Amino acid sequence: MLYREAGQFKTTYAADQAVFPIAQDRWFIAIWIILGFVVVPVFANEYFLRAILIPFVIMALAALGLNLLVGYCGQLSLGTGGFMAVGAYAAYNFCLRIPELNPILAFLLAGGCATLVGILFGIPSLRIKGFYLAVATLASQFFLEWLFNRVQWFTNYTPSGSISAPPVTLFSLSFETPTRKYFLCLVILVIFAVVAKNLVRGRTGRAWMATRDMDVAAEIIGIRPMYAKLSAFAVSSFFVGVAGALWAFVHLGSWEPAAFDINRSFSILFMIIIGGLGSIAGAFLGAAFITTLPLILNQAPQWFGFTLSTAMISHLEFMIFGALILFFLIVEPLGLARLWRIGKEKLRLWPFPH
Amino acid sequence: MTCTALALASAVCATAPATANEQFIPVLVYRSGPYAPNGIHWANGFVDYLNLINDRDGGINGVKIAYEECETGYATDRGVECYERLKGKGVTGAAVFNPLSTGITYALTEKAPVDKIPIITMGYGRSESADGRVFPWNFPLLGTYWTAADILIQHLAKLSGGAEHLRGKKITLVYHDSPYGKEPIPLLQERARRHGYTLITIPVTHPGVEQKAAWLQVRQQQPDYVLLWGWGVMNSTAIKEAAAVNFPREKMFGVWWAGAEPDVLPAGAGAKGYNAIALQHSAEKAAVHQDILKHIHDKGKGAGKKEDVGNVLYNRGLINALLVVESIRTAQGKYGKKPLRGEEVRWGIENLNLDQARIKQAGFYSILQPIKVSCNDHEGVRHARIHQWDGAKWNFVSGWMEGDNGILRPMVESAAAKYAKEKNITPGCLKS
Repeated sequence: MLYREAGQFKTTYAADQAVFPIAQDRWFIAIWIILGFVVVPVFANEYFLRAILIPFVIMALAALGLNLLVGYCGQLSLGTGGFMAVGAYAAYNFCLRIPELNPILAFLLAGGCATLVGILFGIPSLRIKGFYLAVATLASQFFLEWLFNRVQWFTNYTPSGSISAPPVTLFSLSFETPTRKYFLCLVILVIFAVVAKNLVRGRTGRAWMATRDMDVAAEIIGIRPMYAKLSAFAVSSFFVGVAGALWAFVHLGSWEPAAFDINRSFSILFMIIIGGLGSIAGAFLGAAFITTLPLILNQAPQWFGFTLSTAMISHLEFMIFGALILFFLIVEPLGLARLWRIGKEKLRLWPFPH
Repeated sequence: MTCTALALASAVCATAPATANEQFIPVLVYRSGPYAPNGIHWANGFVDYLNLINDRDGGINGVKIAYEECETGYATDRGVECYERLKGKGVTGAAVFNPLSTGITYALTEKAPVDKIPIITMGYGRSESADGRVFPWNFPLLGTYWTAADILIQHLAKLSGGAEHLRGKKITLVYHDSPYGKEPIPLLQERARRHGYTLITIPVTHPGVEQKAAWLQVRQQQPDYVLLWGWGVMNSTAIKEAAAVNFPREKMFGVWWAGAEPDVLPAGAGAKGYNAIALQHSAEKAAVHQDILKHIHDKGKGAGKKEDVGNVLYNRGLINALLVVESIRTAQGKYGKKPLRGEEVRWGIENLNLDQARIKQAGFYSILQPIKVSCNDHEGVRHARIHQWDGAKWNFVSGWMEGDNGILRPMVESAAAKYAKEKNITPGCLKS
């Protein structure tokens, strides 16, 4: 009865339309926010912040973006890495060409560039669907990677094609320490999550979901598929572009196009599939699963006192990781978010299962 | 330390720092992934030498080495994770990082000055980091890619009968399409301006198994020489493709990361006559190998197979470990015989001075040239030879050549100055 709604009366429209109409959900979110903003920075050490939390937060942002496109609008995309690269290189060039520009503004402008590129590569979605669209977006991945490798203007003519980000400062506050970096990413993630949540429960999100579920029917009831699909590509690319800029500026500091290769696209796609398509919480759960599990598998033998060779650990990591993905998809094809939802339903009846 | 009365002493054992006199050295390796066939040998050589120092000498001046491997899979983000995981280990934290990947080197270049841990990039990394006044924490010891390219062009000039005969010749660079592969291009262009040869660059995408189009281009253009800047499976594929389009392997010259057994063996007979620049050493055995076989492999503690001791990449790992150990030894001369912090080891690398006598004493005679590092010159030495695969083993086909600092130094300084300007660094030597 932990999730009992009985007695929670809504007397205004505002209360009825709240993001989290049930009090327990609100507490739950509040606990997570406190955990993320207060508990973690106090207790986490540098390794935990730099190697686990920051990548997780940035990947959660990218997964959130891709989930809007794939999960909510049903447009399968394999070009996430490329759009992240657009964000990273655009932010670098904004900072380079306009030195007095605030980096946060540069990230947003970079998101804008990714939006334009996303819309451009979203145009085929008006004609093709499903796996065929995946192949079309795959082309964008390869094209963008090739572009940043080839056109030297993007990398400011560095001989090697690898560039390093200028330090991120905001109102003379420099984001050098891991805690500050983590806060920067977390604040951006929370803002974007709120935006995403509100988008998907509003008109735009309904149009996306209608298009996803049956585009012909959606068109008949007055939803413009062109607008719905392209807006999904635009918003998704914006999120992904900002995530790419953060990945490059905050996490890596220095990068080459290979940092945004096809593996990046796949891993983000796996995040939302494992986490749960069409669910905001799913993006977080999936990002946590995919970013931390390999690290845990890699270090687990040491924790338990086994001495295995590095190669052995690494191969075991691949095998167990793959097996776990298969296991999850067989046991719960709708992802971790669905497990969470089932858990909530059970808690609603607990301790009296019917 | 010994704990006799186990039950009673367990509390004492737990509190007494068992690692008090240990120097921690992180070992970033890749024993899996597309580049594993090359990475494994390097890693084996590296850890075998560390074990040898512990077993034979009881550590560096009595300071035992503790090391831990971390698998990067050649991926930059995993490399960064390994760096974060290992940098704080041991009593003093990590002494020095050897990233073994150009991508990871670039990422760590930003982090090293903050954490005060030096990075040794032996034979790779960013070429302009040879200027220690702008890159105090980077050490591209034994040579950069620009040095390699410079020596290769010198060799080609010699083959053509003098630098003036390079005019009008066509030289093609087949390269891995990443910062690693692009690194030599500025030097090759500079040399092309001076000597008047035509430089054609053909990129090959990672990991490099698809090269049909590249070699068709080579066949069309009929270059006089092909330079190969590949790594892992790309090298053997290139040699096979060269055989397929009938480009003479005698006119192919690989960089030192394209001149080891895993590169030529898969190509079989097609690899006969293929050349590569050697990073000082080839597949040779010196006194140190006898010690490794005696103290490590005969006791069953070897990292790899006994037959692999002394192959090209194994030797590279070995020399890399030697440079790390000798740097720590040098630093101990100043700071005392105890575990040292990263910034102290950095001083040791910057003041590293291995003369022929010391190299002989360490057992590396004939596979290493004297090296002297300074703040101005983080490369230390610029010597290399060319070796050729005769179908069964590597043979040297040239004497020692030295990178031309008249060409290299101005390029290093101008690229480093550009970096300093971008990052607001005032060039200067760090005070110890």
